[in-house]
Amino acid sequence: MRASSAGVGPGGDMQWCFSQVKGAIDDDVAEADIISTVEFNHTGELLATGDKGGRVVIFQQEIENKSQPQFRSEYNVYSTFQSHEPEFDYLKSLEIEEKINKIRWLPQKNAAQFLLSTNDKTIKLWKISERDKRPEGYNLKEEDGRYKDPNTITSLRVPVLIPMDLMVEASPRRVFANAHTYHINSISVNSDNETYLSADDLRINLWHLEITDRSFNIVDIKPANMEELTEVITAAEFHPHQCNTFVYSSSKGTIRLCDMRISALCDKHSKLFEEPEDPSNRSFFSEIISSISDVKFSHNGRYMMTRDYLSVKVWDLNMESRPVETYQVHEYLRSKLCSLYENDCIFDKFECCWNGNDSVVMTGSYNNFFRMFDRGQRRDVTLEASRENSKPMQVLKPRKVCAGGKRKKDEISVDSLDFNKKILHTAWHPQDNIIAVATTNNLYIFQDKVN
Amino acid sequence: MEVNAEARRILAVSISKLYASRTQRGGLRLHRSLLLSMVMRSARDIYHSSRECEGPAGAQPASEEPMDTTPNPEEQPGLPEPEPQPALNSTEPAQEESDSSEEDSDTEITEDKENLSPARQSRKRRGKASAAPDFLPSKRARLEPGEERYAAPLGSWRLPGRVEPPPLSLPPSLPPQQRSAEQRAEKKPDAGRKV
Repeated sequence: MRASSAGVGPGGDMQWCFSQVKGAIDDDVAEADIISTVEFNHTGELLATGDKGGRVVIFQQEIENKSQPQFRSEYNVYSTFQSHEPEFDYLKSLEIEEKINKIRWLPQKNAAQFLLSTNDKTIKLWKISERDKRPEGYNLKEEDGRYKDPNTITSLRVPVLIPMDLMVEASPRRVFANAHTYHINSISVNSDNETYLSADDLRINLWHLEITDRSFNIVDIKPANMEELTEVITAAEFHPHQCNTFVYSSSKGTIRLCDMRISALCDKHSKLFEEPEDPSNRSFFSEIISSISDVKFSHNGRYMMTRDYLSVKVWDLNMESRPVETYQVHEYLRSKLCSLYENDCIFDKFECCWNGNDSVVMTGSYNNFFRMFDRGQRRDVTLEASRENSKPMQVLKPRKVCAGGKRKKDEISVDSLDFNKKILHTAWHPQDNIIAVATTNNLYIFQDKVN
Repeated sequence: MEVNAEARRILAVSISKLYASRTQRGGLRLHRSLLLSMVMRSARDIYHSSRECEGPAGAQPASEEPMDTTPNPEEQPGLPEPEPQPALNSTEPAQEESDSSEEDSDTEITEDKENLSPARQSRKRRGKASAAPDFLPSKRARLEPGEERYAAPLGSWRLPGRVEPPPLSLPPSLPPQQRSAEQRAEKKPDAGRKV
């Protein structure tokens, strides 16, 4: 990667600035505060995070400040609620974690917002609605709610709605439970806005948003004899426009595209995307690092992107034999796989995301670094989310990791990377150049510098 | 043999990870267990194939082992203790095991044992992991009439006009670490539940 000269970043003049950071400053991270998922809604006005403690926090972008157009509006807390609680499966003597694995927004249909949130076993549909008026002037009740003595009522009046301070309420509208034996890793809302899928290690189920007591199993890769198990499902997603198409990725590095019109049970794939392994890279850990941790369709539906441990790959849906683009996220880690296996980092599941027009892809790395790859310009950049670079509108300086040999000034050597500081979850605003990057317990919001 | 030492180290690390994952909150993760078992399989295959290559040089593993392990002191703790091995084989199918899987994996245990140093072979050879070990009473609900749970000396209770049961001698309870990890994860034997 060539060093970017001052003022020029990927995408021409685009540079990234710090906007906000949410979360505790404390270095001692409470486990419940660890962010486990980040998702913008379809307009980008709302940003939802889920954490290990089962809570969902939604931020809302304020209405743009017309007097200062160079500053985009800030995201402030809109609603916080406890989505999932820890549960206990008495039959298996297992605790079910309350950690939110995924949040997916439903497209807005009325005044209220809806999102799906899931832990390992149960998916919930939440309605987030605003209340800014309240009724006043009841005939039978006092203002505090106490019932009046009927004898004192002498006249009849119509209650009126009067303005009140905005109150945002979150209420669970549906609970989709008891459909997964294994741990849910993905949920994806269909473009028909009526159904969604949920995937665990071995099965994918199709749900109707209105029906909670039934789901259809559409993929089942559980072998008759569990000893023959060789791969598990790691992620699944519906196509953004074709309501009959979805993909699921596996721990073996393959992606299967399925068409629900062909048969009710989609065990047989329509397309199988697989890149032959490079034999020169074979090691003890080849299987682990080829496991796909995330799969995302592009907004236009022509491509999909997969993330494995060391790279991001962009696939053309019309070509199954190999990806059209491969981006190395942190190739310098390839020689460190044994240590990363020992400290468990090799099992980290990084996510990836597209920008609004599918020209740039982004993913996280270690040391609170995150990477952006500009597909058109063939440029990439490494940026860091840290409190040190968190002055308002401070431009982020590109970072560089020195793989070996002589370390240049401002470069960081691989051995001094902090592997406890990992960015697993990132999200890109669907229409604007605003990104949300989650470190362990903080959420950073960056935006591009408007020149 | 560098590859050999590396393979053993990875095996040791993997076993301790499998072990630790049993107590993890949220239960066994199938994906993680699968990846761990794949790494262990490759490490084990490399380990075996490198030992075959050694041939007659491997005749004195006892003397070789200390030399192998000194540069890698951290490799020592995990390796060939009996408890993790059932864990190795029983977590492969994770939550839904069948008895047949345990039978198959036991041959693997015996195979491994043969290749271990003589010092390690002094451990008792384990039968099927699913069978109750000797120190636990059998799982039948009750004794058949005339049967006694523990062998009593002949004629001990044949006193004229009196039938009394032999003194119940409790089985020697083994210290916890000698029980297999599987039994530890199992319910108590009198719960009557199948694993």
